[in-house]
Amino acid sequence: MKRESINVRKVLLNETEMSKIIDRMVYEMIEHLSLLKNVAIVGIRTRGVILAERLIKKIEEKENVRLATGTIDIALYRDDFCKGLSSPKTGPSVLNFDPEEYHIILVDDVMYTGRTVRAAIEAVMDYGRPKSIKFVSLIDRGLRELPIHPDIVGKVIETSPEDKVAVFFKETDGEDKVVLG
Amino acid sequence: MKHLLGIENLNKDQIMNILETAVSFAEINQRQIKKVPTLKGKTIINFFAEPSTRTRTSFEVAEKRLSADTYNIAVSGSAIQKGETLADTALNLQAMGPDAMVIRHSVSGTPQLLTEIMDCSIINAGDGFHEHPTQALLDAYTIWQRKGGFEGLKVALLGDIYHSRVARSNIYLLNKMGAHVSISGPGTMLPKEVEKMGVTVEKLPKYAVQDADIVMMLRVQNERASNLLYPDVREYSRYFMLTPELLKLAKKDALVMHPGPANRGVEIDDVVMDGEQSVILEQVSNGVNVRMAVLYLLLGGADK
Repeated sequence: MKRESINVRKVLLNETEMSKIIDRMVYEMIEHLSLLKNVAIVGIRTRGVILAERLIKKIEEKENVRLATGTIDIALYRDDFCKGLSSPKTGPSVLNFDPEEYHIILVDDVMYTGRTVRAAIEAVMDYGRPKSIKFVSLIDRGLRELPIHPDIVGKVIETSPEDKVAVFFKETDGEDKVVLG
Repeated sequence: MKHLLGIENLNKDQIMNILETAVSFAEINQRQIKKVPTLKGKTIINFFAEPSTRTRTSFEVAEKRLSADTYNIAVSGSAIQKGETLADTALNLQAMGPDAMVIRHSVSGTPQLLTEIMDCSIINAGDGFHEHPTQALLDAYTIWQRKGGFEGLKVALLGDIYHSRVARSNIYLLNKMGAHVSISGPGTMLPKEVEKMGVTVEKLPKYAVQDADIVMMLRVQNERASNLLYPDVREYSRYFMLTPELLKLAKKDALVMHPGPANRGVEIDDVVMDGEQSVILEQVSNGVNVRMAVLYLLLGGADK
């Protein structure tokens, strides 16, 4: 979703709120991780990667650990590819660890229908059979179309299908905020 | 973009988009499980009316790794041998509802003709002396990966330019991307007014190769009566074969490329072909990446 094409109706989270929520997610993840060994944090392209990078940095600082990391691109695993939409831009996936040995935490900015997560799970599975897969999202906007549930969520908001929810990150969009369009 | 008929009608952004998309597929082709479900349920016909090992296999590998269903047709063993016209064959294949057809044919313009007869995407896998777009794209991908770009590169293109669809597609592409192409070959193998394509024509290969970043060899195409254009093989190789001595005139880090199949000892010396500067097999690997990218972009229905 192009950020400049969004007609902003409401700012859902400003920079400070977003930062606090991400900090809370970090604590929740550390709590989760303490039970597990061999954890890899994998961002879903493109904004899930940015969120994943932030989470990884904070977890590594707080816990003084090195995490396995990765990036997953779901364009080739979409279930609507044959519906005549244009071919989404793809980028390479990178998993520099043996997935069979790891618990994988998938990270995305917004959870919506659940179809992206389904595609990401399939993409990860093509590399091997991970010990487990969990899912972390900054925003859960509801309206699920598949029986998929996130393990850790930053903020739950109620939306209708016409709404657009967009997360802005400093790294790509110049500022941190979440908006409703 | 629905069809890929040639490089001539593509712009720089479209070319770059194909190359960038190919990076994703390069990653898939490194995996243990080299398959993605992207084109599940799509039907692709590979219609090769001329012999081919590399291109046909490469397309088929690309299609299968994208989970498409593929069917191969060769002229021998098809109803064309019973006298059916190409147009009728095309209509009959169309009636089976393919999503794409990959076509190689000895007559220039056949893929264009098929776009007028059939509804599916048409991909040109080489038509006569006209174009071979996926070859130029995989060559470009190889150059881009190795050299980081095209701007200002000198590319020497040597051999039978006249019969070469690979040469045409490469000249179009390299010019669009800002590289400079110098060609050389026997006078009988250079098309009239070829300099109008935006290339420098050199009488002797050594001038074309001098300080080149890329030395691209073309095959002597004896099946297209190339052998009538030069006195004999020994004379050809004496003047136009890429030897280690000739290659020394190019830049130290120059790449040696050949679209294959190569005639060892005719247009390229064994030592060069198997040497450190040769990226000929890399071109073949990259072919799969690039063809996957092309299929992905065409069959995803972009710009529909």
